[in-house]
Amino acid sequence: MTSSIAPFLIFYAGAGLAVLCSGWVRSAVLLAVPLVGGYNLYLLGSDASATIGLFGYTLEFIRIDKLSMVFGILFHLATFLGVIFSLHVKTRMEPTAAMVYAGSALGAVFAGDLILLFVFWEMLAISSVFLILARGSERSYNTSMRYLIIQVLSGVVLLAGVLIRIHETGTITFDYIGLGGLGGTLIFLAIGIKCAFPMLHNWLIDAYPESTPTGTVFLTAFTTKVAVYALARAFPGTEILVNIGLIMALFPIFYAVIENDLRRVLSYSMINQIGFMVVGIGLGTDLGINGAVSHAFNDVIFKGLLMMSMGAVLFRTGKINGSDLGGLYKSMPWTTGFCIVGAASISAFPLFSGFVSKSMIMVSALEEGHIYVWLALMFASAGVMEHAGIKIPYFAFFAHDSGIRCKEAPPNMLIAMGLAAFICIFNGTYPWLLYSLLPMPVNYEPYTWTHVVTQNQLLLFAALAVLVLILVKRYPPELPSVNIDSDWLYRRLAPKALRWLGRSIQKFDAGIRKGGLGFTAGVMRWVERHHGLDGMLARTHPAGVMVSWMIGLLILYLLLYFAG
Amino acid sequence: MADHPTGNSEKKHLFDNPKNVSRAIYLLVAISVITAGFDLVFARHVEHPIENIFGFYPLFGFFSCAIVILGAKEMRKIVMRKEDYYDDK
Repeated sequence: MTSSIAPFLIFYAGAGLAVLCSGWVRSAVLLAVPLVGGYNLYLLGSDASATIGLFGYTLEFIRIDKLSMVFGILFHLATFLGVIFSLHVKTRMEPTAAMVYAGSALGAVFAGDLILLFVFWEMLAISSVFLILARGSERSYNTSMRYLIIQVLSGVVLLAGVLIRIHETGTITFDYIGLGGLGGTLIFLAIGIKCAFPMLHNWLIDAYPESTPTGTVFLTAFTTKVAVYALARAFPGTEILVNIGLIMALFPIFYAVIENDLRRVLSYSMINQIGFMVVGIGLGTDLGINGAVSHAFNDVIFKGLLMMSMGAVLFRTGKINGSDLGGLYKSMPWTTGFCIVGAASISAFPLFSGFVSKSMIMVSALEEGHIYVWLALMFASAGVMEHAGIKIPYFAFFAHDSGIRCKEAPPNMLIAMGLAAFICIFNGTYPWLLYSLLPMPVNYEPYTWTHVVTQNQLLLFAALAVLVLILVKRYPPELPSVNIDSDWLYRRLAPKALRWLGRSIQKFDAGIRKGGLGFTAGVMRWVERHHGLDGMLARTHPAGVMVSWMIGLLILYLLLYFAG
Repeated sequence: MADHPTGNSEKKHLFDNPKNVSRAIYLLVAISVITAGFDLVFARHVEHPIENIFGFYPLFGFFSCAIVILGAKEMRKIVMRKEDYYDDK
């Protein structure tokens, strides 16, 4: 039996059903969606197709190959974990938005043409904004509007690129594009916004930490990974990606050290991890692409796990700033344990998932002779160890006892975190199942003696550096603060510049008006002096005076005449 | 670690005892040193000559991390603002 139901349809239908039901029925519907979807995915043959004709073009809803399939499986898995994690949520809007959001990600990944890619690209933006709005605060409202503007901008740029591309090539197929024409460049830029390229990244830092404890878990999984998928599909081997990826891997590790909001630390960490993937795609070798895809897979799970653990902390304590937390291992031991598994995975300790996938990218850089790329990625790995491996668990669960005593996370959250932790360890110890899903042939053995030892050396001594700096009291304390980033440009500089411009125009305008008024007043005064009541030219004289003047002049004239 | 004693009724937790904190620290140091010591005993497979430098990975890890932390601390002078920086219109 084979199926030809487009995966997104099941999710959209599930979202529709979820709106209509409530209570445990809705929970059952939400849980069933990724399961039914997963079964449907299993039944989809490689020749499965669902197409419709539109304006002479054929839109392809299902394109099955290894690249789309691995992301398809990943998104089903992420949805399943996210649904379990948010089973306690009673509102209608959030789970429905999450379902549409996940469905849109699947729609984009299985879209065989650029037009459908654009449609689902916009659906991702519109559905995800509700997850930020769901927080219900004024702050999240402001953030969500900024988020929406940037996401829709990405869509508009994509649409422009797609239209130009169709004009250039005459085809709508979504395959290798490259940076050749204007169309390709615009598509690259649009993907770059969603992928959080440097300077285009701040929507992520701004928005993800402002969502609900559960909403952030969904947000973490989809938007950026759809962008990674699109890059891997359309721009593998594009050299500039190596440099872009490096910057992404490097600059967030500095911000992550001094950021106080722990979910914002994880958001910086996301950009750092996506940086690794972008480097892999830029290298474009089989190992690089495989590394990028497998790292995307693992990242969704371990970053999801970390976001879940911080979500659980926020849910139970109402606090998420490192400066307010500490000592929670006493109240939330299970959450602490799961968080540590996530931290070990993202730091790429042997036996955890990051170890397998991150090293594929680094080895491919070395194989291609990019020694500086390799060194920079290793530097970034040490940074990850600091902010995600140590800082997150340390400041939330250990450090100084904040005195907060709360209940352990609810059972549904613990189950979701437990499953995610299991996948992290499974993919770390038995990577071959994930390998079998990868788009390129795999010829990589992660567990060599050298690799295990050197990785341990790198990470343990990075941890020692943290320990030493804490002991000698040089470690920067957690401070209630915000750190300005590129969003400063549009949240501060642009409004300031506009206000300055407005004030300058106002001043200039006032000057002109004042000058004009002064000039007019001067003219009026001059006129008045000569023509006013006492003005010389406006004086009236009696007729007798004129006659005297006339007689006087005549006499003068006669005298001159006779004298001459 | 227990900066905020919360009364005698609460049960003692693992790191309430300063001894356990020191033990954890010693454990980390011991494991690190042993792992670094492997380089003296076993020959590693090397992809690039730079890896032959003695203690390359431990030193690289230690100093990278220190640079990141101290660099970020310096960065605070430029980028850090009050918590309500964006709130006041």
